[in-house]
Amino acid sequence: MATFTLPANSKITQGKTWPQPSNAKRTKTFKIYRWDPDSGSNPRLDTYHIDLDDCGPMVLDALIKIKNEIDPTLTFRRSCREGVCGSCAMNIDGTNTLACTKNMEDIAGEVKVYPLPHQPVVKDLVPDLNQAYAQLAMIEPWLKTTTPAPERERLQSPEERAKLDGLWECILCFCCTTACPSYWWNGERYLGPAVLLQAYRWLADSRDEFIGERLDQLEDPFRLYRCHTIMNCTKTCPKGLNPAKAIAEIKKLMVERKG
Amino acid sequence: MSANRRPLSPHLQVYRPQLTSVLSIFHRFTGIALSVGTLLLVYWLAAAAAGPDTFNSAQNFVGSWFGILLLFGWSVALFYHLCNGIRHLFWDAGYGFELPQAYASGWAVVIATGVLTLLSWIVGLIVL
Repeated sequence: MATFTLPANSKITQGKTWPQPSNAKRTKTFKIYRWDPDSGSNPRLDTYHIDLDDCGPMVLDALIKIKNEIDPTLTFRRSCREGVCGSCAMNIDGTNTLACTKNMEDIAGEVKVYPLPHQPVVKDLVPDLNQAYAQLAMIEPWLKTTTPAPERERLQSPEERAKLDGLWECILCFCCTTACPSYWWNGERYLGPAVLLQAYRWLADSRDEFIGERLDQLEDPFRLYRCHTIMNCTKTCPKGLNPAKAIAEIKKLMVERKG
Repeated sequence: MSANRRPLSPHLQVYRPQLTSVLSIFHRFTGIALSVGTLLLVYWLAAAAAGPDTFNSAQNFVGSWFGILLLFGWSVALFYHLCNGIRHLFWDAGYGFELPQAYASGWAVVIATGVLTLLSWIVGLIVL
């Protein structure tokens, strides 16, 4: 059942304001969601100020600078810092994206940073994505076949391979899934855009021999059909992919197989 | 530290409203409004069947400023739900999923709703 407000333990309180950098000409204000599992208190919103002339251009550069120079307790995930690993997915300036590819200059005014929406928070900007990972495991995202393996690789024509473009590039950052109101309200049963795009990636693969079984698994009022084409997923994807279209293609396959 | 004490990260409270999500929730709101509006239609028809006195009082209510406000809201909901429903039919057939297309069709629905509502009220109030 959809609950539109936050539980009592999740309401965000006013946090600490950290001091301005000295001698800074151009500064940017950051409001960052903080929650410490050891504190026993509610999440809070801390305010930091960054000297833009002494910081890299991306939001992740600012977060790293805060952690290194202002407040070492700030906790977030990051790894590749170039948009291929998906670790630093978070809600920045109201939409989900990767901190490492989001330029601070594209944000007017103060920069608000929250963890990915409607997820349990492990600490600060680190969400618990175990449910989404379990859903990904459920669709068995690997090539499944019954025919014996050929002596060399299973071949694909260039046209067959082209059908996977726009699908294989997904880095599983779950920006789309956690931007989806349907997933917010029915995340236990609806698979969400990221996992459904992965499901379509294997349905669209000419080498896969389990199309029928894969469709059987998705034929469910919740797993697939909670998608109401809101399109927040496509709007927010930091890789420019189109989960909404992939989901529509699955729905079309469902209709077509009924003939 | 048990995992169930973990707070839920903010969602509706912080997610920026955008054309995609706003038009979607309005589709649902107008669907509900249409269901409620149908009760008004049933009341009007039932009053017509019940006799001239009842029908007169129904007409008076529908013709009052509050009745006209309800009718106006109902017509907006009807045209919005109709236009956005056609947009959904294209999506169901697999068309219009690129973001520029989705934004163009979204704005087209908003404009068409305004034009159709105004046209029908002009016809209803002035021409007829």
